[in-house]
Parts: sequence; C-alpha cells; structure tokens
Amino acid sequence: MSELQQPLAEGWGRALVFVYGLFAVAATGRSAVQLGMEPDRAPLAYSLSLLAAILYLVATTCLLLGGTTGWRVAGIAVTIELLGVLSVGAMSYLATDLFPDKTVWSHFGQGYGFLPLVLPFAGLAWLRHTRRTPVG
Amino acid sequence: MTVWLYGVVLAVSCAAAALLVVDLIRDRAAQDSHFVSLAVLDVILLVQLVGGAVALARTEREVEGAVFVSYLVTVFLVPVIGAFFSLAERSRVGTTILLLAVATVAGLELRLWDIWGGRHV
Repeated sequence: MSELQQPLAEGWGRALVFVYGLFAVAATGRSAVQLGMEPDRAPLAYSLSLLAAILYLVATTCLLLGGTTGWRVAGIAVTIELLGVLSVGAMSYLATDLFPDKTVWSHFGQGYGFLPLVLPFAGLAWLRHTRRTPVG
Repeated sequence: MTVWLYGVVLAVSCAAAALLVVDLIRDRAAQDSHFVSLAVLDVILLVQLVGGAVALARTEREVEGAVFVSYLVTVFLVPVIGAFFSLAERSRVGTTILLLAVATVAGLELRLWDIWGGRHV
C-alpha cells in the first residue's frame, strides 16, 4: 500500500518553520552564551537550554525536509519539547533552587511571550493535520 | 543606543503590526504597503545596527558586546527573512508570518534595551 506524505513546510507549515527557526536561533544563542560564560553556575538549567536548542533545531530541520521520516522525527522532537516545557515550567515555580538561571522553558516560556508553551501544541496539531493519507 | 531610535523602532513595529492585524481579520494576503512598512522598519534597524556598534565601541558601560551585536544583527535580519517566507505564501499565512516577524522585532528590541542597560538576561 503506497502512502503519500504531505509536505510539512507549506501553508501554515511555513509559518511554523519560521517560528521554530527563530526559537532554534534563540535557544542556541542563549545556550552558547550560558555555556560559554559560566557553565558551572547552573548546570541543570544550562543542560536544559542546550536540550531545548537541539530539539528546536531538529524540529525545524525535519519540517523543512519533510517525508515520512521527517514527520516521525519531528513528532518525537515536538513531543519531548512539550514534556520539557510542561515539566520545566512547573519545576521553575515549584523548585526555584534548581533553576538559579533561566532556560527558554522557565515559567512556561514567560520571557518569550509564552510562545514556547503554545509552539508544541501548534506543532502537534500541524503534524496531525499532515498525517499520511492513503493513495488511491 | 539612542533612546529616540529605540522609540521609533517600537512605534513603527506597532504601526506595522496594526496594519497586519487589520488585513488578517479581512483574510487578505500581505499587501505591498506592508512590505514597504517592513522595508522602512528594516532601514531604521540598519541605522540602529551601525549606531549600536559605534556606541558599543565608545561606551564605558559594562555591556556584553558579543550578545549585544548578535541581537543587533538578528533584529535586522528577522524582517528580511520574514518577508521571504511571506512572499512564498500569498495568503493569510503570509500575513501571519509578517505579523510574527514584526512582533519578534519588538520583542528583540526590548531585550536589546536590557542588554544595553547591562541587565542580565
């Protein structure tokens, strides 16, 4: 049975690629500054910043590449991103001592207009919308 | 970093955002007027990039130089990249992308002010 994977970077997908791309740059930049200046100050927060940067980069790349594999890997990356923003968001309120410095996901992405909280939901909705459709 | 330039960038961003929201509600693709307003914004951002770099070289303040310059460059590039993305989607998606780009410029501009002030971000 042949199945057709819809392109992931067209229509609303293009808007999604734009925002994911911005966050890939933002998170990578933040991570580079944090690790470059004083890596020992907040190891947990900085590791999570790095993880966020990698996830945003992977999601952006997979959306651009498309295809079945791209769709699957993007799904995994966005799911981890959702778990990350929810858990780090909650932990940054509950266990403040664990986070002496901020990550992209701290306080559910407050420093970024709460977009980091909205983004994984938008990503998952888009991936659901572009599920493979049987041909013929 | 001059205060008035910072104010002008925020004002033009808000004006462009207002135009874009109106057309988004009307379900229209991005208009030429939007691209012109974005071009005007980008020229101002280029002035800010040059002015900011000169100010950084002259200042006695403690400013994270690399971070400051990378923000100046990024804020200049965002409208350009946004315009290219928008031109590829001649529908309300393109209008949304321009709105996201303008909002990003405003957000980065607020950050720039903090960085110039030496506040930890």
